[in-house]
Amino acid sequence: MLLLALFLLIQTAPAPTGEDPVAPYAVSDTNAGGSRFKGVAMLEAFHGVAGIDRIVDDLVTTSQGDPRIGDIFKGQDMIRLRRTLKEQFCVLLNGSCHYTGRDMATAHKNLGIQAKDMNALVENLQAAMRHEGVTFPAQNAFLAKLAVMKPNVVTR
Amino acid sequence: MVSMGCQMIRISPSTVAGYIAKAVVATAVVTATPTEAHEGRAGGKLMLTNGVSSIEGSSGGGISTWAVIAGNETVDGIGGSAHVSAILLPDYRWESHGAAIGIRDRLELSYARQNLDTRDVGEKLGIGRGYTLNQDVFGAKLRVAGDAIYGSAYLPQIAIGVQYKHNLDPQIVAAVGGRHASGTDIYVAATKLLLRQSILLGTTIRYTKANQNGLLGFGGDRGANRTIQVEGTLGYQISRQLIVGGEYRSKPDNLGFAKENEWKTAYAAYAINKNVTATAAYVDLGSIATAERQRGGFLSLQTAF
Repeated sequence: MLLLALFLLIQTAPAPTGEDPVAPYAVSDTNAGGSRFKGVAMLEAFHGVAGIDRIVDDLVTTSQGDPRIGDIFKGQDMIRLRRTLKEQFCVLLNGSCHYTGRDMATAHKNLGIQAKDMNALVENLQAAMRHEGVTFPAQNAFLAKLAVMKPNVVTR
Repeated sequence: MVSMGCQMIRISPSTVAGYIAKAVVATAVVTATPTEAHEGRAGGKLMLTNGVSSIEGSSGGGISTWAVIAGNETVDGIGGSAHVSAILLPDYRWESHGAAIGIRDRLELSYARQNLDTRDVGEKLGIGRGYTLNQDVFGAKLRVAGDAIYGSAYLPQIAIGVQYKHNLDPQIVAAVGGRHASGTDIYVAATKLLLRQSILLGTTIRYTKANQNGLLGFGGDRGANRTIQVEGTLGYQISRQLIVGGEYRSKPDNLGFAKENEWKTAYAAYAINKNVTATAAYVDLGSIATAERQRGGFLSLQTAF
């Protein structure tokens, strides 16, 4: 019994504060689903890590209250989602961060996301980037990174 | 019979204004319907990504057909659009209107009615001042691969399509040397919005024998068969709602009595909201039925759901 408990403790990475534990997986920046932008221009366009944090918080809050897609987030670990989204954006924008979340296919498995759900999220993200004052060309350049993830996100 | 038909469907500048007014009203009705009742699940495409209605009724730019499917619906629904367009040229007035449905972002079925008021040129050609040439265009387009927005930047959305054009003035077609009063265009189109650069790229290869889009019939004394023609579009997305760019379209030159030139436009398309897009363009349609340098303004209003 004690051995089993010890075994489980080793297998399960300690969950950050307030997050639900998830099944073990290999942590890697490649799980972010895209390559980093070169240089610092994109990170600056998003106003650094502070800007990314504001954009993700805006995006998550808006999407939770969005009648089109709010239900998808019900019962999900929103503390973890905010943290991993911020990490993902930071990695893609070439910030000095690492992504510790799961890959896109695993993270979105069984969520039953449709094409119009992803479009709704993109609209909310566009609004959040607009609120942050990110220029439109930089918004589109960032969306280009997310656009290639669609096959792993939209499963229905 | 023919003259009666022409009387009934003669289009004057005032009726062009009438059509636009009707479209504005129709648009207002569409946008005024209680969106709260079906908020969210209706539609689903990002703004401008359904294109606008081309003069042939298929989704595209103003003069070229794109690979995108009409309406705001995604693979999970059936959407549609309706439009009116007017082109004001030195010697002609063009008016077209039509509708399209988009089924599961896969199949598009479209209809457009084209009316070309020949004004003074009609008198010169001996068909009567203000004689209006009319044509029906029925289109079908199938998306066969890719996605205009998502997926790899190197894989455009690709569609194949047909446009069956039925000219309603066969006696004029015969008089100008056109071989047939109806014809079918076959095309393959590729369209991609390169998000990284905010650039829209598109090309269409069209196999056609239509003279001036078919308004002067199909095939002629200088060429009876279909030839391969090319359309291109290049745009820059300024905002979620605004795209500016240019289009090019090569055309056959089958009729001995009048040279036919390629078409060129510079356009701006503005999505007023998800349901209404306005397009304005400067167009250069070259020589049309002996009237040279037909350059003017294009205005189109589209409503989509």
